[in-house]
Amino acid sequence: MIGAKHPPKNAMEYLMDSKETEKSNAVKTNLSVKDLNVYIQDKHILKNITLAIPEKSITCIIGPSGCGKTTLLRSFNRLHDDAADVRVTGNVVIDGEDIYGKGVEVTHIRKKMGLLAQRPTVLPMSIFENVAYGPRIYGVKKRRQLYEIVKNQLVSVGLWNEVNDRLKTPAIRLSIGQQQRLCLARGLAVEPEIILGDEATSALDPISTAKIEELFLQLKEKYGIVLVTHTLRQAKRIADYIAFMYLGELIEFGTADAILNHPQKQLTKDYLSGSFS
Amino acid sequence: MLKIRLLKDKIARRYMLGITVFCLLLLFIIGAGLLAKSIPVLQEKTLWELIGTSSWKPFKGEFGFLTFILSTIYVTAIAILIALPLSLLASIYLSEYASDRIKRFFSPVIDLLAGIPPVIYGVWGTLTIVPLIADKIAPLFVDFSTGYSMLAGGLVLAIMIVPIIISVLTEIFNAIPKDIREASWSLGATKWETVKKVVLRRSLPGIIAATVLAVSRAFGETMAVLMVCGNFTDLPKSIFDACYPLPALIANNYGEMMSLPSYESALMFSALLLFVIIVLFNAGSRLILDQINLKYHL
Repeated sequence: MIGAKHPPKNAMEYLMDSKETEKSNAVKTNLSVKDLNVYIQDKHILKNITLAIPEKSITCIIGPSGCGKTTLLRSFNRLHDDAADVRVTGNVVIDGEDIYGKGVEVTHIRKKMGLLAQRPTVLPMSIFENVAYGPRIYGVKKRRQLYEIVKNQLVSVGLWNEVNDRLKTPAIRLSIGQQQRLCLARGLAVEPEIILGDEATSALDPISTAKIEELFLQLKEKYGIVLVTHTLRQAKRIADYIAFMYLGELIEFGTADAILNHPQKQLTKDYLSGSFS
Repeated sequence: MLKIRLLKDKIARRYMLGITVFCLLLLFIIGAGLLAKSIPVLQEKTLWELIGTSSWKPFKGEFGFLTFILSTIYVTAIAILIALPLSLLASIYLSEYASDRIKRFFSPVIDLLAGIPPVIYGVWGTLTIVPLIADKIAPLFVDFSTGYSMLAGGLVLAIMIVPIIISVLTEIFNAIPKDIREASWSLGATKWETVKKVVLRRSLPGIIAATVLAVSRAFGETMAVLMVCGNFTDLPKSIFDACYPLPALIANNYGEMMSLPSYESALMFSALLLFVIIVLFNAGSRLILDQINLKYHL
């Protein structure tokens, strides 16, 4: 057990239940993908992805650059909507609802997922207003109530003690590591079910990275977490489950232990051993 | 070899510094030239007589510029009040909502509009805006208007500066990183909420800069305004009255001023006034911009 320090109980059951890595019926899931295909300008970026993201655990999506990791993550949140040249087919189901179905409100889908981008994306307002942004949109107006939400979320990302005396200063003045934690707090304030991270630590220094990773390990008690990561070491440190992608295809999916220590496919073995990256 | 390269670098640097300094000097040269020519009228009259009264009788030696100053400010204000909201909404649409096809069609059209010579706007305004005001709009509010009015000047000017503001604002909105919009969207904000709370806020300094550019352009616009605003030296009482902005005064009288030295000096003073108004306006908005940047740390 090198990689998964905290495998959930059902991970082992899952492993015994089925040797097939792509079948994940034994694991509880609230986000699943079926036959997902994404085309960007007629280029086939994602090919027939079928995947169930386990609840309350960390799933890392790994693979070489350009394999479609980020595209997959963005399709969970329908961030491709805006691009005219992107076509999506297949289903992404969250809480039993197909997010690409007809008449589905995109804002309602996005509320269920907090997104952490590669570089922190603080909004051009104060620290307080950044966290209060989501709740305000959903109609929280009372100052007192907003303050409670902001405080709780800043505490949960360990930022409260660092910033409670300057909540009104522009968020852009925080250090980059603090900014990323603020973005996490902001995402949590809308009470999502799933946290999506797109190489969320790649712009941070090692200490900030460690803090964020520690947060993920705490947060997985309550949320499903999906991280795209370019560093295998990060997946080894925090992943419960790993999905390995290559050239737009999902090659292998399973518990961190299964993928890291007993990969079934040659491609996975080669990638893990560093033959390509 | 290296020596020659370094030498080239040095020469290029000096040369560019020289050009830059020269551009800056131009501002002072123009200002000083105008001031020198205005001295006769400034010696004859007090400053208050010149800018605080509205009696304009050059052949009797009365030079009250109040009508011209107010006309300039009113016409510009009308133009900005009409043009800014329109251009703001249009550029938000173009940068945030429009598909690539629409964008590809509209941006050259807008650039084309921005490039049409003012005299064409002037002729068009005389043919359409002026009769429209005289026959349809003014009768609703006042007993009589020829249509050649402050409102006509403001409208034609607004139509002229809309494409300029749209083109600058669209650039400004496009310069905002996509990540920030996506951060807002992924919290469940709609596009409009994102525009209102994030895009506009982030681009506030840019919006102000674009407005300053447009206002400066409007202050100085001569031909189009001159053709539709009536050029009457009495103080306008409503927006349906004729008015007489400073640039129009200078353009209309430049040829005949030679006969009367004090008249020449007075016209030079009006040019100086326009110059000072624009410089003060730019300096003022620069201060506001700095304050905003300081406050939001954008």
